[in-house]
Amino acid sequence: MFSARERYSDVKESKGQVEQHSHLKYPHRLNFYDIPPVEDITIEEFETCAIDRLRVLAEIESSFARNRPYDELKTITLAQCQKHLPLHSSSAHTMDLDSERRRDHIGHFVLRLAFCRSEELRRRFVKAESALFRTRYDSDDHTERGEFLNSRDFGWIKVQDDERDLYREELAAAAPITKEANADGGNYYKVKWTRVPDLVEKRRVFLKGGYAYVPSREQFSIVFQEFQMTLNKALEMTAKALPRLDEDTRIVPILNNLSQGFLAGVSSEWSTASAAEGGGITADMVEDLARRHFPACMRNLQETLRRDRHLKHFGRWQYGLFLKVLGLPIEEAIAFWRKSFSNIQEDKFNKEYKYNIRHLYGLEGKRANYPAKSCTQILTADQPGSSDSHGCPYRHFSPDNLQTALLSMYSSQGLTAADLPEIMSTVKAGHYHVACTRVFEITHATRGVKKGEGVGDGESVTHPNQYAARSRELERGKATAVKVEADGDVVMG
Amino acid sequence: MLAFYRRLYPFRSIFGWLNHEHAPTKLFTHREFAFTLQGDIYLRYNSFNTAEDLKKQVCQLNPTRFEIGPIYSARPRDKKTVRPTAFTPLLRELVFDIDMTDYDTIRTCCSGADICARCWVFISAAVRVIDEGIREQFGYKHLLWVYSGRRGIHLWISDKEAMELTDEQRRALVGWMMVIQGGKEMHKKVNVRIGSRPLPPSLQMSLSNLVDVFGDLILEDQDCFRSREGWEALLHLIPDNNVVETLRKQWEKDPDRSSSDKWGDLKSQVSALVKGTPKRAALKAAMEDIILQYTYPRLDAEVSKHRNHLLKAPFCIHPKTGRVCVPVDPKNIDNFKPEHVPTVGQLLRELDEVTATVQAEGAEHHSDWEKTSLKPYIDMLDAHVMALMEETRRAKRKTDMSW
Repeated sequence: MFSARERYSDVKESKGQVEQHSHLKYPHRLNFYDIPPVEDITIEEFETCAIDRLRVLAEIESSFARNRPYDELKTITLAQCQKHLPLHSSSAHTMDLDSERRRDHIGHFVLRLAFCRSEELRRRFVKAESALFRTRYDSDDHTERGEFLNSRDFGWIKVQDDERDLYREELAAAAPITKEANADGGNYYKVKWTRVPDLVEKRRVFLKGGYAYVPSREQFSIVFQEFQMTLNKALEMTAKALPRLDEDTRIVPILNNLSQGFLAGVSSEWSTASAAEGGGITADMVEDLARRHFPACMRNLQETLRRDRHLKHFGRWQYGLFLKVLGLPIEEAIAFWRKSFSNIQEDKFNKEYKYNIRHLYGLEGKRANYPAKSCTQILTADQPGSSDSHGCPYRHFSPDNLQTALLSMYSSQGLTAADLPEIMSTVKAGHYHVACTRVFEITHATRGVKKGEGVGDGESVTHPNQYAARSRELERGKATAVKVEADGDVVMG
Repeated sequence: MLAFYRRLYPFRSIFGWLNHEHAPTKLFTHREFAFTLQGDIYLRYNSFNTAEDLKKQVCQLNPTRFEIGPIYSARPRDKKTVRPTAFTPLLRELVFDIDMTDYDTIRTCCSGADICARCWVFISAAVRVIDEGIREQFGYKHLLWVYSGRRGIHLWISDKEAMELTDEQRRALVGWMMVIQGGKEMHKKVNVRIGSRPLPPSLQMSLSNLVDVFGDLILEDQDCFRSREGWEALLHLIPDNNVVETLRKQWEKDPDRSSSDKWGDLKSQVSALVKGTPKRAALKAAMEDIILQYTYPRLDAEVSKHRNHLLKAPFCIHPKTGRVCVPVDPKNIDNFKPEHVPTVGQLLRELDEVTATVQAEGAEHHSDWEKTSLKPYIDMLDAHVMALMEETRRAKRKTDMSW
């Protein structure tokens, strides 16, 4: 086991940059994990370090799945760390800092071994680890963080005073130095813009000739990007080295267990068709179902489809996958789209759109089983262009259009103009899913849904299919009176 | 069409442009070509060893057009024989696509597939803004603008660094360039400010270029706010209800006021407010946003975001108009006239005339395009290729020296 781990460390050691300038083996609380642990580790320690770390990472993943804002995620993660993986700052002299940091170090590298083995696992591991690193970075002591940053070469160029004066106005407009930031010295660092894509995307830096001028307050972006990049590269390298590891039977089972634990830890996705419950849906039923059960985004797409007899690419994608997961079989889906695109000639439809629909069902192209888009994806990915109709109405409609749309969609189900101010204020605050949940509660009040109950147990809407499924469940529940949930089965009346 | 490919299409220059040097490298051999044949048959994942191979295949298939994709980790034609994980796009020119249809909500002269000299002004304004932005802010040098044959324009950036961008970085760059956002149902499509802060410097620079365009194009030529629909759209963008009401009353009384008069009305409303108040600042900001919304380039973002997006090759023929997709000089964009671009029919006629005289003289004819009106455009591409090759040579020499 250790021969292999040492071989792995040879690859990495050329990059070693941690300076050992204090009496501690790990001088900093933060760790970039450039160098793997090279000492003897017992099998038991190997496993416990990893499991403790996994607990923290699983909590981070579930926070992502629940769409928690960063601040909340930070509090939860730090609490979880305190329980399983405490890391104190260097000023805490009474603590055994080295052993805490060693556990952190070992845990990280064991999980690397467990999660390097597929693209999917690598992606999720990097995401969770980066979030963990970020929470620690944010909670780190100011001077200690500075020491950590100086201990490693991040490849940035400090902007000299004369250059800063030259671009004073531009810098001030793009990334103003605030009063607090001035305490840091108000420095700018120059890096290739490709290293801070997140800042570029939001136009939070000044760009000139391919270089981004990053204010010291946003320095974290560079560090964060670097962390993700080195971890990604290291994981790929580990994945290549792993099969050549002279392994006995002690470690592989542990690694397998670990990666499975991570997989099971996430909440269920709405990826498989729920056709089983409630039986199949036919093309003719869609419009009626839309009126009674669909959330606003899907109602809007259905109405646009009916009005324009066409939907643009992302609209078809969003609506088509939703219908698939709702339980519309492929033959019915083709019938449905054929009927809806009534302006389009038969051969044009067969040539251009049928492939599309079959693709959604995993029958063409790379034959993937695409899950329906969740609210997060609808809200953030593929922003609608100027003539698109997909997206989330709560977010992508202007306020007056949204109000009109809501009233015309849902007034038959009990939504009145008096409800609008409340909904609009949540929309204004950016809580689109809360607004959607509130609409669900209002329109299902006749089925006994009370305010605050959400789509069951106070949960808010996170997926259009969840909305529709719950709505249909409620309807069936009423039809069969109280004959529900004896053993979790829903019986059609 | 076949005669066009056989005698006029500049395969050599296209090869040089994609390959960056004379001897074929992976930049060419691992590059995907996709052909569209008559009857909308679509052939993907073709790749070729040399320019001659490409020419042979093109002449054999005689496609209506063909598209250029990324450089993959293996030869695209071997796609079926390699593992799917070993077949990923690696490099790709950074491309942009501007299409006139995205301007349908503001242009008043034409709509849909139509284009006239008046709408071309939107495109030329967009080209100036993007060209300057890319060169200044991102520092890229090898930009090739190509007319798409009907109503749009493409940009191909071949700098080494631009070719290497990941999808994530491409998305970020597009985010930086994109200003017009929001769907059909959103009135205000410009949301670039953080709080009440001034515009980011890159947009401030674009804005100063666009103010003139706004005056000439939107207010005078297109006269966007003359119709009721037009000025209602304008009023939706003004954040102050009192101003909106005053203006609406005024304009309803006199609905035939020209756009510049209406813009002037708005201006005087704003300057009537007390200087330095937040209300006035907000309206000033809104006016800047309106100028951007009406003139800032509208990009088709999806094209630029992913390395594996295919884009029509330069010098193809647009199937509807018959015009050649020729390179355009951004410095001279204002004088570019889409209707003066040669069509395939015209070129073949020119060729027939030349052939007649040449045959009379009994001379050989190697590069037939030299004698047609395609020449200046191919010369433009060749100059672009020369610069690219020079860059590659310089980079090579540098690595040699350091060794």
